[in-house]
Amino acid sequence: MGDQHSTDAAGESFTAEETQALKTLVEMIIPASQEYGLPSAGDTAIFTDILATARSQQVEVSTALSALDEVSQDCQDGDFGALPLDQDVLAGVAETFRQRHPAEAGLLAAITAQCYYRDDRVMRALDMEARPPHPLGYTLNQGDWSLLDPVRDRPEFFRKTP
Amino acid sequence: MTEQPIDVLIIGAGASGAAVAWSLAETRMRIVCLEQGDMMKPADYPSTGRDWEARGQSDFAISPNQRRLAADYPIAEEDSPIKVANYNGVGGGTVLYAGHFPRFHPSDFRVNSLDGVADDWPIDCATLAPHYAENDRMMGVAGLPGDPAYPGDNVKRMPPLPLGKSGEAIARGFNKLNWHWWPSDTAIATEPYDGRDKCINLGACVSGCAQGAKASTDITYWPHAIRAGVELRTRCRVREITVDADGMATGVIYYDGDGVEQALQAHVVVLACNGVGTPRILLNSKSTAFPDGLANSSGLVGRNLMFHPYASIMGVFDEALDGYKGPGKCIRSQEFYETDAARDFVRGYTFEIHRGFGPVSTALMGLQRGRIPWGVGHHQAFRGLFNRIAGMVAICEDLPEEHNRVTLDPELTDSDGIPAPKISYTLSQNSRKMMDHAIERGSEVLRAAGARDIMTQAPISYGGWHLMGTARMGLDPARSVVNDWGRSHDVKNLFVVDGSIFVTSAGVNPTRTIQALALYIAEQMKQRLANLFD
Repeated sequence: MGDQHSTDAAGESFTAEETQALKTLVEMIIPASQEYGLPSAGDTAIFTDILATARSQQVEVSTALSALDEVSQDCQDGDFGALPLDQDVLAGVAETFRQRHPAEAGLLAAITAQCYYRDDRVMRALDMEARPPHPLGYTLNQGDWSLLDPVRDRPEFFRKTP
Repeated sequence: MTEQPIDVLIIGAGASGAAVAWSLAETRMRIVCLEQGDMMKPADYPSTGRDWEARGQSDFAISPNQRRLAADYPIAEEDSPIKVANYNGVGGGTVLYAGHFPRFHPSDFRVNSLDGVADDWPIDCATLAPHYAENDRMMGVAGLPGDPAYPGDNVKRMPPLPLGKSGEAIARGFNKLNWHWWPSDTAIATEPYDGRDKCINLGACVSGCAQGAKASTDITYWPHAIRAGVELRTRCRVREITVDADGMATGVIYYDGDGVEQALQAHVVVLACNGVGTPRILLNSKSTAFPDGLANSSGLVGRNLMFHPYASIMGVFDEALDGYKGPGKCIRSQEFYETDAARDFVRGYTFEIHRGFGPVSTALMGLQRGRIPWGVGHHQAFRGLFNRIAGMVAICEDLPEEHNRVTLDPELTDSDGIPAPKISYTLSQNSRKMMDHAIERGSEVLRAAGARDIMTQAPISYGGWHLMGTARMGLDPARSVVNDWGRSHDVKNLFVVDGSIFVTSAGVNPTRTIQALALYIAEQMKQRLANLFD
């Protein structure tokens, strides 16, 4: 979605701690890539979209973040958003979170992916046009219809009825 | 002021309700259709926005329990491994279907005679032939004549959907194995048709076609039916069908969009609410004369629920395929459609080839199946899947079993307080063996086509697209709910025209047959108007 939500006051419905935990998690799920020229899911524009989307499932997302903090407390004696940005530490907590709370982890990953893969820069990096399907649509090759020739030559094989 | 009784009251404006309304309109009777959902607004469909894939998981989700729109009713389905998919609005399930539009085979109507299981239909394929043709004209069908899997397949259609890269790759796989495949019949216009524009490959068929190329009945039958005088009322949720002392239907009680109880009297009532909605209303229509629900002297209302158990077989290819571009469907195979005594199951299935997925769907599939990791490696793994997945689903014939059923949940209700349907369903051993077979054969095809990695799932949990059998058709009132032209055995001015009346499910998508049946029943009604209730 590019920068269109960058000035959105998103995140107001989550606490600062929840927002930080979510940002840390989404950056961990989809990190930036120099190789592919891609931002992380914690990029300002993308994270604004993530927060706006998460607000539509506020209760479920807050529950998931509580479960993440619970796991983080167990593993590292601290809330997830307050942990040092050590990728090994974060990845260890995240893995335990996925094992113990697969549904909640799946929800947060789904919101992350939904928003990340509609970002202008990400779509362009995937050789996509940064636009919705309608109204322009897409071109599809007809393909090689001569492939059907051997099937055309096949005798009818439906079952006869009494 | 009490409204005067109308001639025909149709409940439900989906695939069958639209067809029966249009067909009956020529009688000039006063016809009203009550639909619990709204008119659709194609300009608001997901494909018009950048969040089109996400909306397929929210307001355009196929599960009413996930969608939870005002028009939806909840479904208690904890006791079923397959969850119901539907859409409540003008067009019904055709708003969200993929438009895969095969016909039944002659053998599908004679399952008992041929295989000694289930029951034969009281009608045959030839009876439906003119109604298939009429429905094809109203909906608009693309495809190719000459399929050797069907007898006399010589009906002209619009040109088939493109093979594209995905269809071509998988067709090569079938050819290497010398197995059947054929361009799918689809209810998708590949050239301008009846005021609709042609397909431009939006790739979002299953969340409504903003282009209007896909034949949902809100843009096919309904404009014609309304122009012919049928009245369509939206946001009207029927609670029950009322009866008089003679056991004849007198009309319905429904809730309007404000939740206010209303009554509408009618001389004829037609149910077109699908295989879950129809038994729900019948079972909720209890009276002194019908203590077990209306039209239920056989005890079979709600029983014999059939889904089509679906198996998914997807392959990962090295070369780039079509991905998100184009309708999901392109070709089909019926190599394993008919019963083969050498197998350990009866009946068979159709392979529907699936073209590919958008980026969000690819990411979600990869994340859920452990093919895309969190963190380092995400991007590389994603690129290994994006635009590189294609495959097929096997739509397996489901045989009727009385213990698979729709009842009324004792606690769960919709927003108007009407009891919600409860689904109790178990997969048969026959279905499990059929899905196993489909996974093995489908994997062979994909490997022959060059797939390097194969992902399977069976059954597809949220794949209860087809709802059939819960008010079955038959000649014996003790073993069926409606007769051979859709009239209730018990209530002579009550008709059912949706998938509930299916005797068996065949191994193909049912919409084309549902609509042909609705037209057939409408024709029977028109021919018998003088003695319709005899």
